Formats: sequence, structure tokens, C-alpha cells
Amino acid sequence: MSTQPSRIHSVPGPDDIFRKTLPNGIVLLVRSNFNSASVVISGYLAVGSQFDPPEKLGLAHYTSRGLMRGTARSSFQEIFDRLESAGASFGYGASVHTTSFGGRALAEDLPLLFSTLAESLIEPVFPADQVNRLKSQMLTSLAIRGQSTQDVAAIEFDSLLFPNHPYGRPEDGYIETINAISRNDLVNFHRDHYFPNGMTMVVVGAVHPQQVFDLTDRYFSHWQKPAPPAEPQHAAIKPLERAVVKHIVVPGKSQSDLVMGTLGPKRKAPEYLAASLGNSILGQFGLMGRIGDSVREKAGLAYYASTSLNAWKESGSWEVSAGINPDNVKRATALITSELRRFTSELVSEEELTDNQNNYIGRMPLSLESNGGVANSILNLERFDLGLDYLQRYPSLIRAVTREQVLEAARLHIDPDKLAIVSAGPDGKVK
Amino acid sequence: MKENIQEFNLENGLKILLTEVHTAPIISHWVWYRVGSRYEQPGFTGISHWVEHMQFKGTPTFPAGVLDKAISRDGGMWNAFTHLDWTTFFETVPAEKVDLAIALEADRMVNSYFDPEEVESERTVVISEREGSENEPLFKLDEAVQSAAFNKHPYKNEVIGSMADLQSITRADLYGHYRKYYNPANAVVAVAGDFESEKMLEKLTAAYAHLTGSPIAAPGNGREVARQSERLIDVHGPGETTYLQLAYPAPSAREEDFFAFTILDSLLTGPSSLNMFGGGSISNKTSRLYRRLLEKEIAVSVNGSLQATFDPYLYNITVTISPEHNAQTVLEQVDAEIEMLLRNQVSQAEVDRAAKQARALFVYGSENITNQGFWLGYSEMFDEYSWFTMYTEKLARVTPSDIHTVLERYLTRDQRVVGIYHPDGGQA
Repeated sequence: MSTQPSRIHSVPGPDDIFRKTLPNGIVLLVRSNFNSASVVISGYLAVGSQFDPPEKLGLAHYTSRGLMRGTARSSFQEIFDRLESAGASFGYGASVHTTSFGGRALAEDLPLLFSTLAESLIEPVFPADQVNRLKSQMLTSLAIRGQSTQDVAAIEFDSLLFPNHPYGRPEDGYIETINAISRNDLVNFHRDHYFPNGMTMVVVGAVHPQQVFDLTDRYFSHWQKPAPPAEPQHAAIKPLERAVVKHIVVPGKSQSDLVMGTLGPKRKAPEYLAASLGNSILGQFGLMGRIGDSVREKAGLAYYASTSLNAWKESGSWEVSAGINPDNVKRATALITSELRRFTSELVSEEELTDNQNNYIGRMPLSLESNGGVANSILNLERFDLGLDYLQRYPSLIRAVTREQVLEAARLHIDPDKLAIVSAGPDGKVK
Repeated sequence: MKENIQEFNLENGLKILLTEVHTAPIISHWVWYRVGSRYEQPGFTGISHWVEHMQFKGTPTFPAGVLDKAISRDGGMWNAFTHLDWTTFFETVPAEKVDLAIALEADRMVNSYFDPEEVESERTVVISEREGSENEPLFKLDEAVQSAAFNKHPYKNEVIGSMADLQSITRADLYGHYRKYYNPANAVVAVAGDFESEKMLEKLTAAYAHLTGSPIAAPGNGREVARQSERLIDVHGPGETTYLQLAYPAPSAREEDFFAFTILDSLLTGPSSLNMFGGGSISNKTSRLYRRLLEKEIAVSVNGSLQATFDPYLYNITVTISPEHNAQTVLEQVDAEIEMLLRNQVSQAEVDRAAKQARALFVYGSENITNQGFWLGYSEMFDEYSWFTMYTEKLARVTPSDIHTVLERYLTRDQRVVGIYHPDGGQA
């Protein structure tokens, strides 16, 4: 394999993604790229906030943040001194289903990333002073979150859409639930929920696959634990039965943030790509799609007004977000609802669909030019069982989506009369 | 990177910078204009940023609604930014689609409509953008500190402009600003990516050479007279969190001190990068102020900001304070750290470490062709592109003695502005 810079002729696929499963269950994927002198490591474990006791919401997040605060081998300062001295970075975070990790270094420092990952994952000691310090930082972040109209609206929107489900609860918890978590909770959570089985790791950069396999054997083959606990069962996710409109007062603010929408498809749903292209037409393409055109370009009501389709393992959300002057929230809501009615009652135009298909296919090289972009793409292939050839099949999958499928996906998920509509801003009156 | 850059100058004054990168079939095309808040007069703050918005509102060839779709249709990414010294527009597109990006930028350099109705519609959009910023305590604090840090220099104004000016600026003001500053003699075109330079130059010449250039004199604001005493600014607003912002004078990017200051910033608050598009960052947990403030649990975050500017600007240190502590305690600790740096010269090893961090960030950013296009034109706005090609080399030449000089020259109490955001506990 050449180590000279060369053009990347093909998108990643089965020919150049090397996949290996260790005896302890860890799945490893590697793709070499010698165009850059760097290397990226990215991955996840099958543990997240779905395991949090409700009264200790934020435990998975807190535990993930605590992993690098001290290990059996190194102090917090020693860990970060090694990383920062090498110009490297590494960190953890938790979501509902997974705890993710990621790092980046110059290629010669890949062993440093592996040793950091291994000791923080397998041998964290959660020093009491560090755990307390972390708690204080997290509590301040939550206080700041409580003042963000965007965050306040988004959290309330999720709770309306996913009542009694982890998707409806913020992974970083609430002030009272973080306060309820002790150091022992972190120790126990790590012991009971961190397993090699279910861990997936991707390495992309200026390294040969064999180097990565050797490092993985060295640092992870000894990590043996029995099978992890089964995933908890959650309440069924059901569409809203009627429209819900809510305003949350955040005093002293100049602008209101609006989040409105419905449930969306899960990532593995057959209609996912049709919904995704539809979402792009609705609120992303060009300057934020149809909704950007209506709310920003024509009415001048907002600096931003766009849509997002968030597709997870069990379900998803299809939402519109906008930052609006408090006097204009009602008008903007009406404009957005009107666009949603059109979107669910008429076929998108042939031109719109073709434009968006071209955009999706044309932007692939952009999303795959950096090691980080490639690593994230490969990680998604694994997480959602898409197959190592998915990126190569992707253009034909996109081309195959029809206008009828877009409309069907829209109607399946969006009922403009049963939206969750949440605004957060300076007063209680939505004008 | 240095040996790969080619420079060309057209007769109308347009400078063209090209760098071939053949790792992916992508081209990033940038147009940079020497206009930003530094060029703005009282009563017209925010006009450069608003003009940038109007550049997305169409021309006879690319009417509004066509323009925004044209690049996206080809899978491209595009955007624009307005800053203190510059305004820039870029498109990163599949290599075979670059002709459209060039045609679009050459066209809107001179042919934008500035339709009166669109001006009014965009007025409320820009005001909305400002209102969104006003929701953030740190914007309010920064606006107050920045304003207090300068007497006359336009750097005292936020790029987005004051609410009063955004309400009074007219279509004629905007169009006049556009016609004055958007012309080839006041612009740099920078292109990075998968092309042959000779052919790219032909394309750019065909698109831009026929446009008329008229050179613009730099505003000539220069360096402000040094402050003689510390200034305290109190800002009150909603929330539960206290913030402290310290603004010290900083050298312009054209001064040698800038490079020593970059290393000093790295030692105090952690490494920063010039990457605008990906490349990530390096944490600051071993920086001096993190250790002093966060390990003593006086603060929950600390950041430093040194910007590469044409005229001397500011070095800002921003601290999020722990609920149990106050701004005075943080201030004393920051002063103690600066005192310690002055008394005990930093080691060469510490300086070398910061230089290595900068090199690593440079490597990470190089993976992205859009970054490479950005870098090409960026330094032309306050110096010339060799500033960037020499960047890591100049950082590597910094000595402990240079750090000491910069500390004595700039990080003094009597020259700084101290801003404190006092939360009212969540009430309006």
C-alpha cells in the first residue's frame, strides 16, 4: 500500500474498509488515508441514558464525562498533559442508546489515542474531587441551558413528543437529578454497563490496517466481561392525538425560539431516504428550503427557519426550528403550518426532487474529504446495519426515490393538525 | 503549502491566488473584499454585514430564488462571512461544477439588485439575527466591553451593528457601500482544489478581467492611544451565571509581537487554530489559567481569543465563574498568574509544546479543501498570504524572552477593560 499522497478515487467500500470482530465482541473498522498526516478514532459502546434511573437522569452522561478524570494508571492532569503535548484530542459523550468516544492525533501518536481510550474505558477510578468538580461544571451548564430559549424550547418539544420515553428526556439531566448522583453511582454504572460486547470502533487516517489490529489486540484483547444486560423496555411511542401549543417564559430575552413538528421515521425505516429528501426540500435546500423561503426570504420574519429530520434506533423527530421576534411567533407558526399542509397534500415538483437528489449525491465528496467525515460515515454504516457497500450504493438509492414516496413519507409522519408547537421567549403571550 | 501557491494580478487590480490540491475531486472558490466593520462610520454600523446579506438577493442573471439553488443543486456548499476587516463569499463544489461558482461571484461583484422591497425584508432578518445574539449573555458583555475598549476606532462596534443603525440605514446607503467596496481592485480571489492552474487562471480571467476596478484607500484608523487606567464595565441581565471578560490591547497580525502573543495565549488559555471548517480543536486542560481557575473550582470554563486583524485589536479572556465565587476572586487569580509569568520566565520546552500544538491543528485543518481556500485569502485581508505560509515557522521561532516582552507590553492592568456580567437570578 502506497504511503504517498494520492487522489481518493472511490468512496469507502468493502474493498478498502477492513472489518474485524475481536473475541470479546469489539468490532473494529479501519480505512487508510495517507493524504493527511493525521489519524482519527471514533466509536461507541452500547450504553446510554436509556439506562438512567429517572431520579438520576444524566448518569450515563456524567459517567462518560468522568472516565478521563483519573484512571488506575494516570491522574487527570497526566492524561491531558500527554494528549495536549502531542497536539491530540480525545473525549466522550453519551446519548440515549450509546456512549460515544472520539479523538484525533498526528499519525505517529495513534498509540497514545489507544492507550488513552483503553485506560479511561477499562480502568477509570472516578476520583472524588474530580467527580465533584465535574458536577459543579455540569450544574453550571444546566443553569446556562435553562437560559437558552433554543434549548428550553427543544427540551419541551421532545418531552411532548416522547412522553415516558428516554427520547423525551435530556441526556444531560436536570439540576435536581445531577445533584442526586454520587461518585458511587458512577462507579456502579461503569461496572454494570460498560462492556466490550457492543463496542464499535473506527480508525481512519495515515495508518495501515495491521498496525491498528495490533494496537487493538494489545490494548483490548484482555478486556473480558460477561454479556451486557438486556436493553430496557420503554413505553410505546405514539403520534400526538391533537395539536399541543405551549409557550415557556424565559424572562429578559429579545427573541423567541420556536420548535414545532411531529414524530419522524427511525433510521432503518424503509421510507427514511424519501423522508430525508423531503425534509431537504421542506427546510434545508438552498437557503433553508421552502420554509426558509416563506419565513425568512419572503416574510423577513427570522434569521433562521429550517427543518431537521432526526432518525434514531426506535423512532425519530421531524421538526421545524426558527428564531422569531416575540411579536411574530403566531404569524411564523401559521406560515410554517401552511407549508406543512402543502407538503403533505401535494407532490413535490420534479425539479425539486431532482435538485435535491443531485445535491445529496454531489455533496458526497465533501462529506468524505476529511478523516473525521469518513470515520463518522463508516460508524453509521455499522450502527444501522447499512452494509459496507452502502456509500457505493447510495447514489442509486437516492436516484430511486420518487415524488410519490416523498409524499407518502410526509403523510405517514406529519399531520399539520396534530403538531407539537413550543416557543420559548420573553413573555407568556404568543402574539 | 508555500511552494504550491501561485499569484496573479489582473490589470483591473484583482489579485488571484491558486493552490492545486488533488486529493479529492473538489474545488473551493473564495472572493474576499477589503470591507468590514473597520470601514464603517458612526450611524452606519452593520452596513457591511447587511450588504453581504443583500448579495444573496439576486442579479438579473441569477435572480433571488435561482441563485440560492444553483450551487446547492450541484452538491456544493456556499456561504458568506463579514468580520472586522473583511467580507468573504465562498463556494466549495465538485470540481467539474466550478464554472458556475466563478460565474456567480463575478456577476454579483457588480450586478446585485438591492431591490427596495428586499432591503426592507432583509432589515427585519438582520434585526432578528441581532435579537438572537442579544439572547446570549456573552454577546451583551462582549458588546459592552468592545465598545469601552476603543475611543474612536470602528473596532469598537459589533460587526452586526447597533439596533438604531439597523433601523435607519437606507437602500441608498447599502447600495453606495456595495458599489464602493465591491470591485476587483478591492478584492482577492482564492481558489484551492482539484484543477490545473493554467486552465483555472483562464477561467478566472475570462470571468473577472472585464470588470472595472477602482482602488479604495484603507481607512487609516491605525492604533488607538493606549489606555492609561483600567476601566470597569458592569452588565446586568437575566440568568444565574456570572461571566468575566478581560480585554487587553493586542498587536495587529502584521506585527512580530503577534506570534509571541499567539504562543502566550496558548500557554494561558489553550491552543487556538486558524481552521474555520473542521479540523477540530485541542482541549485546554493543561493551560495555566485552566489549572489555576478550574482546579481551584473558582471557574467552570476559561477561553482566550486573539484575532488576526489589520489594526491592533483586543486579546479577550472570558471566564464562566462558579456560583460560589465572584469576579473579584477570578480577577485576582488571573493577575497572580500573569505576575508569575512575568517573574518566572517560561521554559523553551513550554514554548515548543505550544508550537507543536499549532502545527498539529494546521495538519488537521489541511484535510479540508475549504479550509485551504479560506487560508489563501484570509491573510491577504490584513497582510499577505506569506503571513499564513510562514505561520507555523514563525511560531516555532518564538523564544521565552519574546513571551516576556509581550507580557510586559500588553497584559498590564492599566490598559485593560474588565467586564462583568451580573445575573439577576433569572428575572427580567
